[in-house]
Amino acid sequence: MAKVLVFTEITSDNVKSVTYEILGKLAGNDVDVAAVGQVPAGAVAELAKFGAANIHSLKGDNLDKYSPEGYANALKEFIGNGGYDYVFAGSTSLAKDLFPRLSGMFDAGMASEVTNFTMDGGTFAGTRPLFAGKCLAKVEIEGPKPHFVTVRPNALGMPTSENAAAGSAADASVSAGEIRAAIKEIIKGASEKLDLTEANIIVSGGRAMKEAANFKILDELADTIGATVGASRAAVDSGYAPHSMQVGQTGKTVAPSLYIACGISGAIQHLAGMRTSKCIVAINTDPDAPIFTKADYGIVGDLFQIVPILTEEFKKIM
Amino acid sequence: MNIFVCIKQVPDTETKITPNGDGTFIETTSIKWIMNPYDEFAVEQALLTKQANSGSTVTVVRVGGVKDTEALRTALAMGADEAILVESDDNLDSFMTAKALKGAIEKSGKSADVIFTGKQAIDDDCLQVPQLLAGMLNIPSVSVVVGCEEAGGTYTLKREVEGGALEVYEVTAPVLIACNKGLNTPRYASLPGIMKAKRKPLAQHSLADVGVTNEDRRVKYSNFQLPPEKPAGKKFDAMDEAAQAGIVAEVVGLLRNEAKVI
Repeated sequence: MAKVLVFTEITSDNVKSVTYEILGKLAGNDVDVAAVGQVPAGAVAELAKFGAANIHSLKGDNLDKYSPEGYANALKEFIGNGGYDYVFAGSTSLAKDLFPRLSGMFDAGMASEVTNFTMDGGTFAGTRPLFAGKCLAKVEIEGPKPHFVTVRPNALGMPTSENAAAGSAADASVSAGEIRAAIKEIIKGASEKLDLTEANIIVSGGRAMKEAANFKILDELADTIGATVGASRAAVDSGYAPHSMQVGQTGKTVAPSLYIACGISGAIQHLAGMRTSKCIVAINTDPDAPIFTKADYGIVGDLFQIVPILTEEFKKIM
Repeated sequence: MNIFVCIKQVPDTETKITPNGDGTFIETTSIKWIMNPYDEFAVEQALLTKQANSGSTVTVVRVGGVKDTEALRTALAMGADEAILVESDDNLDSFMTAKALKGAIEKSGKSADVIFTGKQAIDDDCLQVPQLLAGMLNIPSVSVVVGCEEAGGTYTLKREVEGGALEVYEVTAPVLIACNKGLNTPRYASLPGIMKAKRKPLAQHSLADVGVTNEDRRVKYSNFQLPPEKPAGKKFDAMDEAAQAGIVAEVVGLLRNEAKVI
């Protein structure tokens, strides 16, 4: 049995769902949860239900906004005092930036963005996609503890059974120390939807979208089924969509339950980035497009005709 | 101003990856290697920073195989002044790579005012080296940067986070900046640039020279394999407009009742 800390973020009073996915996999270990700021009472109860023994709200000066140094200093102190063997987090924008710095401060190793893992006898072994998912490898961590692990959201799935633990909530005082790179301002994104890396449903458009304005038919479909809109590299390079929407080897790697590819032929880089989607629907006029080899349901047709019908059909059942 | 850029050589994104015989890595014999795509934005930003600050030098650093120094030569041809190669045939982990880069920068005798890197390498996808290196050098870092303005050694940096939102950082040098696509448009190496690159200094060090040993390994990989293939899916011909409504209704029904994803 290992002593484990799961670091989580609180956004609009919610814990990221990947936190529960991780807790589900850690059953049988001694698991605590920590967040910078106040963990809301509702989240405490939920975290306890899935196996969190102690839930810590980390508080101190200069921690109201994220900074790599401030968060790393605060967590270093807390993790060191807690004597943890492993520290986990979902591989969010924040954890991707924070955890490598933090692991280095402990001279310790880190496995990034695993899609599965075991903790046999308290020892971690994970599965990592490399080359954007073109191959998989087993990853183990050596050297000084604590060992650091980030987990791809949606990859493990929500736990099917509960694993209730004490769920004692406590505040911990931490210090941000010196912060040299500080956030001056946050510019909101155009979309309030879930990021592609966390989205449960994604609707993506490719070169066949022809122009940026045509993405509105994908937006309408996405709004109907609560999806986030993505794009292929061809669409991004043609200026139809910003790079933040790009799915693939030089964009985002995604793992939604449902991926609807519209007018995407399926270049190797794109297939790599979306192949861990649980269910793939492809709409393309070319019956020989490589995307159809990965699709669970392929519709050979013109996306400009099919997508609006799809939206109407979903409206009937949603 | 001492400007450093750290780059990596990676298999071209078109490459079909095959695990090697014993599953310890991939087959590398017939691979076309390119500069990591995100590093191109780092090189370009370094050159733009040099242009805006006369008397600056750009030093490009790479850890990797000695046989092929093309990515370094490309950076020199784009306009970098000198290059450092830390020779390693090994498939190093992020910790060793960061430590080797730190050692190489220190060995250059110049203290870095700014270090540019790509936000991640597209082969191991670890996203660790920039932050590790900054931590080891005890300088601040900002990653996934899509906007970079510099005035008098103070950088205003836009970092992309979830949902296309941007965090705007203000930080005074020294700083490490990990670059994302969209930051700039990388220039092509000109013919005179390529000719000149051949005469630019390229220092070579061993891992031992920069203080890295096998004791520094933190992550062990094994069992490289291709992801499992999915069974063939169902395909519907909906080119005929009259049939479309029925087919779409059927697919939506399958998504709900068979795949259970809606």
